[in-house]
Order: sequence, then C-alpha cells, then structure tokens
Amino acid sequence: MEIPYTVKPRPDTGIYNAKVGIWLFLASEVMLFGGLFSAYVLLRVGADEGYWPHGWLDVRLGTLNTVLLALSAITTLLAWVACKVGQFGRFKFFHACTIVLALTFLGVKMYEYHDKWIHYEIKLKDGRFADGHMIASDDTSVTIEGRYVTDEKALYDLRSQGPIPRDEIKISRSDILSMENYGPWHNTFLALYFTLTGLHALHILGGTLVIGYLWGPGSRMWKKDPERFTNRIEVSGLFWHFVDLVWIFLFPVLYLT
Amino acid sequence: MNSEIQQFPPSRHSTVSHEQEHGHSEDAHHQENAHHEPNFWQKYIFSSDHKIIGLQYGITSLAFMWLALMLMLLMRWQIAHPGKPVPIFGPVLASILGQPAAGGVISPDLYNSFGAMHGTMMIFLGIVPLAFAAFGNYVVPLMIGAPDMAFPRVNMASYQAYFLGSLVMFVSFFIPGGAAQAGWTSYSPLATSIPTHGQLFWIIGMVLLITSSLLGAVNFIATIIQLRAPGMTWMRLPFFVWAQFVTAFLLLLAFPPLEAASLMQLMDNVAHTSFFLPTGLAVGGNLAHISGGGSPLLWQHLFWFLGHPEVYVLILPAMGAVCEIIANNTRKPIWGYKSLVYSVLTIGFLSFIVWAHHMYMTGMGTKISTFFQATTMIISIPSVIILTCLFISLWGGSIRFNTPMLFALAFLPMFGIGGLTGLPLGFNLSDVHLHDTYYVIAHFHYVVAPGTIFGLFAGLYYWFPKITGRKMNEFWGRVHFVCSLIFMNIVFMPMFAQGMAGMLRRMSDGGANYSAAMNSRAGADVVGGLSDNMMSLHVWILWAAIALGIAQIPFIINLFWSIKHGEKVGDNPWQATTLEWQAPTPPPHGNFEHVPHVYRGPYEYSVPGHDTDFTPQNEPERPVGSKVSLATAH
Ligand code: HEM
Ligand SMILES: [Cu+2]
Repeated sequence: MEIPYTVKPRPDTGIYNAKVGIWLFLASEVMLFGGLFSAYVLLRVGADEGYWPHGWLDVRLGTLNTVLLALSAITTLLAWVACKVGQFGRFKFFHACTIVLALTFLGVKMYEYHDKWIHYEIKLKDGRFADGHMIASDDTSVTIEGRYVTDEKALYDLRSQGPIPRDEIKISRSDILSMENYGPWHNTFLALYFTLTGLHALHILGGTLVIGYLWGPGSRMWKKDPERFTNRIEVSGLFWHFVDLVWIFLFPVLYLT
Repeated sequence: MNSEIQQFPPSRHSTVSHEQEHGHSEDAHHQENAHHEPNFWQKYIFSSDHKIIGLQYGITSLAFMWLALMLMLLMRWQIAHPGKPVPIFGPVLASILGQPAAGGVISPDLYNSFGAMHGTMMIFLGIVPLAFAAFGNYVVPLMIGAPDMAFPRVNMASYQAYFLGSLVMFVSFFIPGGAAQAGWTSYSPLATSIPTHGQLFWIIGMVLLITSSLLGAVNFIATIIQLRAPGMTWMRLPFFVWAQFVTAFLLLLAFPPLEAASLMQLMDNVAHTSFFLPTGLAVGGNLAHISGGGSPLLWQHLFWFLGHPEVYVLILPAMGAVCEIIANNTRKPIWGYKSLVYSVLTIGFLSFIVWAHHMYMTGMGTKISTFFQATTMIISIPSVIILTCLFISLWGGSIRFNTPMLFALAFLPMFGIGGLTGLPLGFNLSDVHLHDTYYVIAHFHYVVAPGTIFGLFAGLYYWFPKITGRKMNEFWGRVHFVCSLIFMNIVFMPMFAQGMAGMLRRMSDGGANYSAAMNSRAGADVVGGLSDNMMSLHVWILWAAIALGIAQIPFIINLFWSIKHGEKVGDNPWQATTLEWQAPTPPPHGNFEHVPHVYRGPYEYSVPGHDTDFTPQNEPERPVGSKVSLATAH
C-alpha cells in the first residue's frame, strides 16, 4: 500500500497531507509565540512605575522592515500563483524578490542589534549617568556619543523628551562605578526584545533557507512533478505568511508602545 | 515544513513480507524499483517505517523507565536511612559520581538531582514516549487501515530528536556539579541559582524533547485526519485512536508555551536576562547581580500550562488501551462509545484551563484560585464518565481473565483512587493543607504508576502477538501482575497518610531532622512534627519499592524470551474486531495487502445471529435478507 493524498487532496477533507501538517505546525507556532507574548504582557504589567522603556527602538527602521516583509508576502503569493498557472519564469522572479527582501530584513535587524550592542549606560561615582554610543575606549577612559542625566528615569521615556543631545563625552575610568551595554541582560524590555525578535529572525532565516532551496536546487522538481512542486511552494508560503504575521504583532508591541 | 513522503515503494506482493521479499531478491522486480536492499542500519536505526519507529521508542523509553526506577530506589534508601551508605550500589555510585556520592552516601545535592531526574525521566523520557509515541506509532496507523504515518521522514526525525534529547539528559549526570536539581518542574529562580550546568543540559534536553513531541503530534493528527481507510468514519474509530488524537492535540498546543519558557530560562542562564528573576533576588545571602524585574510566577504559569495537559497526555493513551482490551475480553461492545468520545474531547478542551490549581499557594490571588477551582471540578466530570463507561462495560460480560485483561481491570480502581484523591487537591481550601506534601505525591503516582503504567503493561501484553507473532508467557505475566499490584499499593498508599500528617515532599532525609526539631520543641505530635509511626512507614515503603523493582524482572525476561520462544499464534489471537488484527503478522512494510474497507464500528462483539462472537471492522455486510444483516440492523 502507498501513502495516499500526498499530492491530491483527500475528497472528504478537501486538502492534501502536507497542508494539514503545516496548519498544525502553525497552530503550535501560535502557541509558542503566544507564550512569549504573554510573558511580555505579564512582565510589562509588573514593571516598576516609570521603568518601562518608551522610544528605545527606531520606528523608521521598524517601519522599513514591516514594509519589506509585507512586500515579501505579496511576492510569495505571486510566486505560488505563477506556479499554479504554469509560469516557471515568473515564479523564479518573484521568489528571487522574496529572498532579497528577506535578506534585507535580516540586514536591517543586524544593524539594529549592533546599535544596541554599542549603546552603554554608565553609572558614575558622582551619582549621575552617562548614556550613549561607544566611540572609543582604552585603559584610562571611554568616549561615548550621548549625554549626562541625573535621574535614571530620564533614560527610560525618550518619547516625551524631544530630541536627545548627542555630544561627544570623554569619561575617565576612575569616575565610573559600573557600565553595561544595552544587551538582553540590561533590563526586561531588552530581554524580551532580543528574545522575541531573535526567535522571529531565526524563523525568517529558516524560511529563507527553505525558500532558497525550493528556488534553487529544489526547483528541479518542477519538470518532473509540477503539481507537487506547487504544493511545496504553497506550504512554504503558508509558513512565510505566518512569520510575517508575527512581525505585524511584534512591530507595534515593541516599537510603537 | 514540506513533507517528503514515500521513499520506499510499497511491497506489492501480498502475502510476502518485506523481509522475505528481500531475503531472496536479486531478481528483476527488484531492479525496476531502483531501490536497494536496506541493510541493518537502514532497516532498524534510520528507518522511517512507523512500526520500527514505534519499537525504537518503546525500547528506549522502557530503558529510561528502568533507570528512573533505580534512581527512585536510591532515593528511597536515603529517605529511610538518612546518611547511611547505600548497600551494594553505594560504592559503584561513589566511583562513578565521585564527591556527591562520597562513601556511598547519597548527599542532599545528589538526592535533589535524582529527584529531578526521576521525575523528568519518568514523564518526558518514559511514559510520554511509551504511551504516545511507541504505542501510537505502532498501533494507530494499523487501526485506521493506513500504510504508514502521513510523514514518515518527519516521524524518523521525531525519534532522533527524542534520542538526542534523552542523551543530553543522561549525560548531565556526569558533568561537574551533576544533573539538574530543581525538580521536574524546574521552578525559577531556584533552577537558575543552583551552581551547576545540569540545568542547562536539562533545558537543552527539554527543547529537543519538545521538538520531538511536536513533530510526532503533527504527524499523528495529520495521519488520523487524512489516512483513515475508506469507510473508517470518525464514529467508527476505535477509542484508542480517539485517545491518541486528543493526546496529540494536547502535545501540539500545550508544549510550545513550555518551549517558550525553556527558551527564556535558557536566556536567564546564558545571557543573564531576568525573565524569571525578581528584583532584589538574593543568592547565598548576597544580592544577585541581575537586572531584576522578572517574575517567578511567569515560569509557573507557563510550566503548568503545559503541566496539566501533560498529565492527560500521560493518562489518555492508557485509557484508550484499556478500553480496547476491555471490549475484547468482555466480548461485548463498549458501553457508551459516544459518551467516551465526547468525554475525551471535553477533557482535551478543559485541560487547558485548569493549570493554576497547581499554584494555589503562590499568592496569585483568590479570584484566580476560585476560577481554577471551578474548572478543576468540572474537568473531573468527563474523567468520571470515562471510568464509569468502562466499569459498566464489564457488566454481564463473560470475561476472559488473561494478563492484559488483569492489568486493564486493575487500572480502573487504581485510576479511580488517583482521580478521586485529586478532588481535595482541587479545592483550594483543602489544598492549602495538602500542597507540597506526600499526599500530592501519592495522588499523582496513583494515576500514573498503577494507573497509566498498568494500562501500558496491558497494552504491551495485548499487542505483543501482533509485533512478534507470539504470545508472552501467561504464567509469568500473572506473577508480574499480582506482585506489581500488591507492591505498588504498599508503596503509595502510606504516602497519603504521611502527607496528611504533614510530611513535605522533596526532603532528602524524609523529614527526619525537621521532625526531630519540631518534636523536641513542644512534645510529640505538634504541627509539623511527624510521629515515629509515620516515620517508620519509610522503611516499609523502601522494601516494598525494592520488591516492586524485583517484580519487574519476570516481565523483562518474559518480554525478551517470548520474542523467540513464546507460544506461536496467528494473525488474530484475541479474536479482535479492530483492523490491526486483520493485517498480516508482523505487518510488512505498507501494512496491509490491499486497502482495507471498513463496514462497521469498532466493537461488534457477540452480535446476535453472527456465526462468530466477533465481527471484524472490514467484514462486508452480507446481502439483505440473510440473518446477519437483520441482526446487525439493530
Ligand atoms: C481528574 C481529577 C484530578 C484532579 C481534580 C487533580 C487535581 C490535582 C491538583 C489540584 C494538583 C496540585 C496539588 C498541589 O500541588 O497542591 C495535582 C497534582 C498532580 N496531578 Fe492531579 N488531578 C487529577 C487527575 C490527575 C491525572 C489523571 C494525572 C496524571 C495522569 C494527574 C497528575 C498529577 C501530577 C503529576 C501532579 C503533581 C505535579 C507536581 O506538583 O509535581 N492528576 N492534581
Ligand atoms: Cu493539574
């Protein structure tokens, strides 16, 4: 006996096996990200008054990335449609676009991570805080591009403060009590930011690899079994749309609120 | 997530099994397949056949259950005789593990490791893989008349992820500092504060195991939806398939939040985030160097969001197996098939909204407690319905008391005890007293050990002839049954008393020091102190536990001995109706000779007017007018 309905849909359920599989998988993914989003809600609600960051992320870059993913959702759809109507060349073109868009998204994300990585909050012995991007550091001093504040809370709500001064500040190491960059350990917001977007970026990477495979070596199947190949494009497309959808939630939750 | 299906051409030669076909085949039909003969590795290790994968799961999980049992015996020794070296095994432990077992004595740290790993192994490496993955893999496709799972290669990946995960867990015993020590529940911040990398191994192991369950769950559900044979409508599915179906949904939807939680604990561990670490956390008397702002409650919510559905993952497959065996050995239809199906679906749904009954004592608030108390009471209704249906099914049957049936029968009262003792835990008023005592330990062991494990033993004895073509030895099966039943109860029954007397769980000396301190303060039997009677039960439990371990030896020998020497039987030795017994034995690759057609429900036993007392699901209706079709028309 052979396994039935690998390509053709089963008459009474109306779908083929892999499509059932991917929907189930996506259901579990909803629960995975659901768990993380509920962590976000709980930790944010429980945060100390005035210590939840606002405006730490660049909305322009976030918007750019949102547009990139939205476009990639469209090209993914068009790639599948092209397969459906038998236009292999158009499929190649649209999925090439998808891959380029996805890689650009990851590039922008890397830039944003780097931006946080070199951003330091420096506690000074005189009780003040220096905050900004590291430009240079040696044994005796560090130089940042940023500002001094007296109340740490001023570092948290950036949205209500107007433009933030970015002066070059040189601080002697002997004046420093402690310093820490804006990595996941810095506070719960950044922990959530890195974990959520990191897991999402891994999904983007995984999706890109799969789509890249189907675009490249995997596309040989088109000649032998176009229907099955089209199914693969559909299934990988469903995954891609899900990953886009997650970003549609991440963007407002992390960048806009 | 695309699936690659069918790497093997199906075996087209009806009666010849795959092995035989390859036994003498250098001939023509072979080459046209462009498919070479599988060697040992391809056939048994990297196989994508659901039956081989089922067996792989079965053997690995049984091995881990044995190991977990050994850990338990060591712990029981330490509880009964705190600070005394373990006889025989002590020196071995000392030479393998070094300092934590110095002098053959199990140190409190080692006790904690063993406790955490006993729970983890029994649940995640033992029962779930055995009940769901092993039985489900072997039996479900056969029962629904399918050639294999929907995604055979995903199935193989699922086993490999499980194997890797269990390896990581196992290895963690031997790293410096030893295995995880924070219990199978791994509560933060405790889990993150203990200075051992064991917790890291635990987390990585869990992520692998969760991945494995997810792949398995997707596969099971897709298989049951898509690959049912023609005529196998939903209401003709054997109850076992329904149970596995719901179990798969629980795994699919409840495990990911724990995966999320594990990822966050991993971040706490390696990236020094504070997801679960509150502001002002002190470790070893010093303020921890963390950003703070995290929530220990968050871990508990996410853990128990999995944890409660997980307990139904543990019990439902066993209930399914018991149901099949009872129908078969009472020779009559199951009473209330539809009630069983709707109950199991209700349980599946409700089990997602009861989790916080594990957290009454965490200070999450009375309103929330009240809600979860209500849902907990409601979920016990479908459980009771299932048990009642199975009990009523016995009524008026001419019961065959073979080994599978004995285990299945014992399952009923044992699960009953476990379930009913859950109710006082579900009321938050009484749980305030019982929480974290041995009462809880007794409660869940009654459902899982003499409950689930008996159900699985029943299943093993029952399906063994399909796998090997031979029956397991009946006499030794009965010895195994009687001894297990007796010693299980001697082990777990006293724990209810100890718990109600106030003995807390997870104390490496069984509460000896604590009791001594409390009793000396205000005479005997003050609150918190345990009487000598209660403490002396530890010794009883120890010896009963050892006897329980010994009682498994006939089973193990029987299992291996019967593969070669058991009584030879045909395809359908129990005269059963369900499809797996209508397939050749052992089922070849591709399972059935032709696509089976299903004409009737799963439990048509003793249909009046029929010449045999069972009617297989794939037996066609006779032409109208014959006496049988009149009889089956109800
Ligand atoms: C149907 C009725 C049941 C009710 C009302 C119930 C209720 C409870 C409650 C309230 C607790 C928490 C006790 C505490 O920590 O203070 C608990 C613990 C537990 N139950 Fe049940 N339960 C039921 C059935 C089951 C079943 C069927 C299983 C497994 C097959 C199970 C397995 C467990 C486990 C493993 C724990 C302990 C977890 C731990 O703290 O380590 N229960 N039960
Ligand atoms: Cu529970």
